[in-house]
Amino acid sequence: MSALSISLKKLGRLTPGERRNLRLGLFFISPWLIGFIGYELAPVAAAFYYSLNRYDLVRPPVFLGLDNYVYLFAGDPNFYEVLWNTLFYVGIGVPVGVCVAFLIANLLNQRIVGRTFFRGVIYLPVIVPAVASAMAWQFLYNIQYGAINGILRALSLPVIPFLSNPGLAKPSLILVMVWTQGAAVVIFLAALQNVPRHLLEAASLDGASAWRKMWNVTIPMTTPIILFNLVTGFITAFQEFTIPWLLTEGGPMRATEFLLIFLYRNAFVNFRMGKASAVAWVMFLIIVVFTIILFRSSARWVYYGDEDR
Amino acid sequence: MTTVADSPSAVPTRASSHRWVEVLLDVLKYGLLIVLSFSFLFPIYWMFSSALKDDPQVFTVPPVMIPNPMFWENFPNAWTLHPFTTFAFNTVFRYVLPAVSITVVSSTFIAYGFSKIRWPGRDILFYLALTTMMMPWAVKMIPVFIGLKWLGWLDTYRFWTVTALFGHPYFIFMLRQFFRTIPEELSESARLDGASELTILVRIIVPLSYAALAVVALFRFMWAWNDYLGPLLFIRTEENYPIALGIELLDVGQNYTCKRCVPHLMAASSLATIPIIILFFFAQKTFIEGINLTGTKG
Repeated sequence: MSALSISLKKLGRLTPGERRNLRLGLFFISPWLIGFIGYELAPVAAAFYYSLNRYDLVRPPVFLGLDNYVYLFAGDPNFYEVLWNTLFYVGIGVPVGVCVAFLIANLLNQRIVGRTFFRGVIYLPVIVPAVASAMAWQFLYNIQYGAINGILRALSLPVIPFLSNPGLAKPSLILVMVWTQGAAVVIFLAALQNVPRHLLEAASLDGASAWRKMWNVTIPMTTPIILFNLVTGFITAFQEFTIPWLLTEGGPMRATEFLLIFLYRNAFVNFRMGKASAVAWVMFLIIVVFTIILFRSSARWVYYGDEDR
Repeated sequence: MTTVADSPSAVPTRASSHRWVEVLLDVLKYGLLIVLSFSFLFPIYWMFSSALKDDPQVFTVPPVMIPNPMFWENFPNAWTLHPFTTFAFNTVFRYVLPAVSITVVSSTFIAYGFSKIRWPGRDILFYLALTTMMMPWAVKMIPVFIGLKWLGWLDTYRFWTVTALFGHPYFIFMLRQFFRTIPEELSESARLDGASELTILVRIIVPLSYAALAVVALFRFMWAWNDYLGPLLFIRTEENYPIALGIELLDVGQNYTCKRCVPHLMAASSLATIPIIILFFFAQKTFIEGINLTGTKG
């Protein structure tokens, strides 16, 4: 903000050339600026306004103050369960996904023939339309005729109720999340190939084992990318909708009722726009707090090659 | 592509035991890779193969892995069970084409203003644009819905066409990074020759940026093609459905009593997937470049 006021002061004493450039620059970015005001600021402010009201799209909004928020935390029978579901899904799914992606990237970074092919295969699930993935997994997980349970049945082993058991539904969805970690793998692989060769060679000369090289060279050098993948992973996973909605619709027994599904149900099934907007704002704050905590903690564990950052 | 592999400091004298270990490691590496590839491909294979089954094959235990005989007619039958030609038309001509073409143009324009012209306040506004990338879509969902209702734009594709005009911070960021690698002297000499900024952008910058523009087009295409939640919220009547909502019409959940409903559902899902896979096959390099453009500089 102080930077902003300084540059505002500077505006007063610009040379004609600078004025011209300012006009030109603003002209070029004006589509973004219009969008920023009309499609970012205004909706977020409007969401806050609606969260203070009761609104069903038909009758005019009724002002309630903070009642929607109070109700969420003190009255709603399901909200804590939804929060818990989301934190479980995000808090376990994302770190597991990032770990798996890191391990796969390391495997791909070995001296292997056909790296491009294997990388393509790992990335492929990311580009499959989410609706198609959901349908494929729904039938794959099917308790009677799914590929996995069909085999278990044929071997007279007990079947796994992937999507119909409340305890298994979340892990089953996390497995689908891990399946779509291809982008993180690609990013990790690029980062691993940028780890300075001379550091690894120096470590080898000092007699470091493969394990030590991994722990003391490779991982520290890739921590910025680990942070990047964690942050983008958290932001995406907090807002996951399509896969859980189509696979379990929040069930069984609300075990996969995540924040966005809860929001959708309140807004577009029950038409409680005010309460749903309060959910949206709570979600927004959780994401902000999560991101801040991650960045704050990163000072301790993220190593930037150019330490002046 | 450079590789960083453990440099084998194999000493020739003990070569035999070393070679044995290396062979074992190779077997382990490739074994792991093959198991992984198999697991990652299997759900997609299961979708395609189930699309070719008839009901007895769907309900067989143990599951049929390679359908025999294959019922190719499931594809045209699924296509005509609901008006998928209309859905495909909506997806391509009403959603994808306007969204992609307008996003490419607007993001180029905006990124130019954020990189090739020097003006006070530019970098502050740019960082503001970056932070909006973290803004969850969920917060905007309800006000946007109410706004579209008020404008009478529900059940149309105007939302995607109009918001494409605003560019997208993700692409603006990507293109700005790219434009900054183009030497400033090129623009300067054109300016001295009296070229306007618009001329410089169109004649000099754009011809040098086709690779980056292709990345933008590809990713915007993929988002639009795969979008489900957006149309679920804003598109109401069946004649306006995109493919993603059309597939859901075939989804019967766990109720498999209708004739060939699983194969039809899988056939429609496969048809939605095939164009994307073909595109990936031809443009894998562009995909990978795009992911790395954002990842390594984030």
